[in-house]
Amino acid sequence: MTELPRDPAHKTEPPKDLADNPALSRRIRVREDGTVDVHAGKVELGQGILTALAQIAADELDVDVARVRMVAAGPDGPDEGTTAGSMSVQVAGSALRLAAANVRARFVAAAARRWSVDPAALMVHNGLIGDGERTVSYAELAAHVDLDVAADPGVPVKAAGQLSWTGRDVPRLDLPDKILGRPRYIHDLRLPGQLFGRVVRPPSRGARLAALAPPAVPAAVTVVRDGDFLGVVGPDEAAVVRSAEAVRAAATWDERDTLPDENDLDTFLRRGPHETIVVVDDGADAPATDRRIAATYSRPFVAHASMAPSCAVALWRGADRIEVWSHSQGVHPLSRAIAAALGLAPEAVLVRHVEGAGCYGHNGADDAAFDAVLLARAVPGRPVQVLWSRQDELSWSPFGSAMTADASTTLDADGRLSSWSYDVFSQGHTSRPGYAGVPGLLSATMRESGPAYPAPVDPPAAGGYGSGRNALPGYDLPRRRVLGHRLLATPIRSSALRSLGAYLNVFAIESLMDEAALEAGRDPLNFRLGHLSDERGRRVLQTAAKAADWGRPLPEGRGLGIGYARYKGRGAYCAVVAEVEAGSEIRVPRLTIAVDVGRVVNPDGVRNQIEGGAVQSTSWTLVERVRFDRRTVTSVDWETYPILRFSQVPEVDVTIVDDGTDPSVGAGEAAQGPTAAAIGNAVAAALGVRVRDLPLTTEAVVAAIDRLTN
Amino acid sequence: MIRFRLNGTARESTVDPDTPLLYVLRNEFGLMGARFGCGLGICGACFVHVDGVSVPSCDTPLWSVEGKAVVTVEGLADGPHPVQRMLIEEQAAQCGYCVTGIVMTAAALLEREPHPDEATVVRALDRHLCRCGAQRRMVRAVLRAGEADD
Repeated sequence: MTELPRDPAHKTEPPKDLADNPALSRRIRVREDGTVDVHAGKVELGQGILTALAQIAADELDVDVARVRMVAAGPDGPDEGTTAGSMSVQVAGSALRLAAANVRARFVAAAARRWSVDPAALMVHNGLIGDGERTVSYAELAAHVDLDVAADPGVPVKAAGQLSWTGRDVPRLDLPDKILGRPRYIHDLRLPGQLFGRVVRPPSRGARLAALAPPAVPAAVTVVRDGDFLGVVGPDEAAVVRSAEAVRAAATWDERDTLPDENDLDTFLRRGPHETIVVVDDGADAPATDRRIAATYSRPFVAHASMAPSCAVALWRGADRIEVWSHSQGVHPLSRAIAAALGLAPEAVLVRHVEGAGCYGHNGADDAAFDAVLLARAVPGRPVQVLWSRQDELSWSPFGSAMTADASTTLDADGRLSSWSYDVFSQGHTSRPGYAGVPGLLSATMRESGPAYPAPVDPPAAGGYGSGRNALPGYDLPRRRVLGHRLLATPIRSSALRSLGAYLNVFAIESLMDEAALEAGRDPLNFRLGHLSDERGRRVLQTAAKAADWGRPLPEGRGLGIGYARYKGRGAYCAVVAEVEAGSEIRVPRLTIAVDVGRVVNPDGVRNQIEGGAVQSTSWTLVERVRFDRRTVTSVDWETYPILRFSQVPEVDVTIVDDGTDPSVGAGEAAQGPTAAAIGNAVAAALGVRVRDLPLTTEAVVAAIDRLTN
Repeated sequence: MIRFRLNGTARESTVDPDTPLLYVLRNEFGLMGARFGCGLGICGACFVHVDGVSVPSCDTPLWSVEGKAVVTVEGLADGPHPVQRMLIEEQAAQCGYCVTGIVMTAAALLEREPHPDEATVVRALDRHLCRCGAQRRMVRAVLRAGEADD
């Protein structure tokens, strides 16, 4: 039956990713063996997107998900920009859904022509089209169906009730390889003739190479220098690593102080100059007689700290033909940025995606790709694999920006919030390749007469802001004034880290909500519900509170705290209840979470993303802080940049709220802010002391207690 | 020349004996299951068994395994090890980069102590890092692998 009821969420305008890449054949190709190649525009970062996209394609094509072969993003697939912002299921999923529905319709039409019957009389089951008497497979018809055509946005997609793969816990397609140890990561790539490369970074920010003595390296090793960019290439990996150290020892650098005082980031962030971002300004002052509650909250710079250092392979096939393999979040923007940095035509650079370790935002992947290009240039015709060191990964990848926020609100005589004022100071949250019209590649700035690195920018309102992401509370508030202040002088490179500014903004908003509830003498949950008319928001708060048995008595030193937000104000709803044990250090034994991501494609995938997001946020909140002196980053390994260990990880209990009617939104960044807020609020409940500066280390808690008692 | 047993087979390597075992496994023998994470023996991504003990291969020099038995994740079992089966059942990974090292340490634990309790599993895995936050699923998977009959 091709007459399908229309999905209420389906519009006849094509989704953006499909409008940009209308040709069906760019996404979907049917093979002779009956399998279907789906060319992904989004990339696997460990979040399970390939599995979710396979489920969506299987549903619309009416094939078993096992017949769908996901092809990693590359020059032959659709250009869907960057895999970021929790937009993949929502935007790329919608595009793929419509494209797959188009493919199915074209195959059904071909079968109908063959049999001279009405297409509406035909059914499709697992890739077989039939009219009740005879069948023909997609594979048999493939030669007769032209997919080099634009998708028709009017072709109906299935309604929720007709989906058989969406909503199921389909196991991740990529996990068996990763758990069994089969080669799959870019680190495992070994192309014929491949050489190994290592980069020798400057000892500090702003350092210039003054002199390079002849380094003691084996004859097989090539030393590459381009301005302040230094590296080595050779056939034996261990020898290349040793050679990099020899080059480091042979280099003399002019160094200078460029970094702010790590213990006074507040001053640094406020000094300016700034760009002011008006998120909302209702233009009304708070009633003068109302009780004012005001506080300042902050977080330090935070590192991606992926388990694998960044890696890439590049091969110069000719002066204007470069092939690159990268775990970038956006292979198409990266290829354009590399071409721009080298002054080549965009089509000169072909970038293919190969999976890396967990990616939580703009890390060193793109930079490593350009490093590989610069090193491979010295050995034309030979692929060069570059692997960053752990030290470089933790110190030279872009960081999530430090932020500081002044929040204040007023309580009227009835205990209702009567105004809300918020000023957040931050570096920008994106410096991705191609941002601000420059390549945005680390080593490009180190080359002879390379471009300087402009300050990171913030996505616009339509992109959900950066510094201002989630700066506007979702509560029913009058007299709101919410401003972002983006720093324009940024000696430490910052860029997108999972949830961008939302992590600190939600921590600040939800902390102030608790402080106001305390002032009003109200229970924090009831106080929130009293200011929240959004039914879906109320439901996740109530669900999490019930699951956590909110209000139950707890022993001395333990506390419960709650945090809530709707990501970007239009994405996933998430409420977190944290249980905290405040002894010699802060421990979080349990997080109880309710999340509403609209229609769920893969429930276990959503759970896994929420669990992981909450655990990572717990780590940021309790222990993480990038350290530096006035010249260089000093947190360079797992001892100086600790992250949460097995013995510190909370049990995470996730409830998914889904009535099947709301459009899908992403899950990857929903939990970060609410988790931090819930932990902070639980610490305050356990100790009677509020710690407003992250991370919540023992020192920070002791300092807060000292401030209170002195 | 260094001689050792690798996944049950006698092997020899002529590379510089100071070369970290990890590079020898990956580049000479093509075994990609042990992964480079930090090069300092701290993160756990590169763990292999040397004479039955789970150790970091990134800071184990080749010379130190002379005459010893090295087992990598590829040679851990005939087919998937129970720990691996349960990790897949629990979907206990996100990016999966840390997981083969964790498989090696969990398998060594189950060899010593076939039915560990939760605290024992957590203690055994505490020197492994996972950035994606899949730790609790991994603990559940190892506990399930330890529930099997002897």
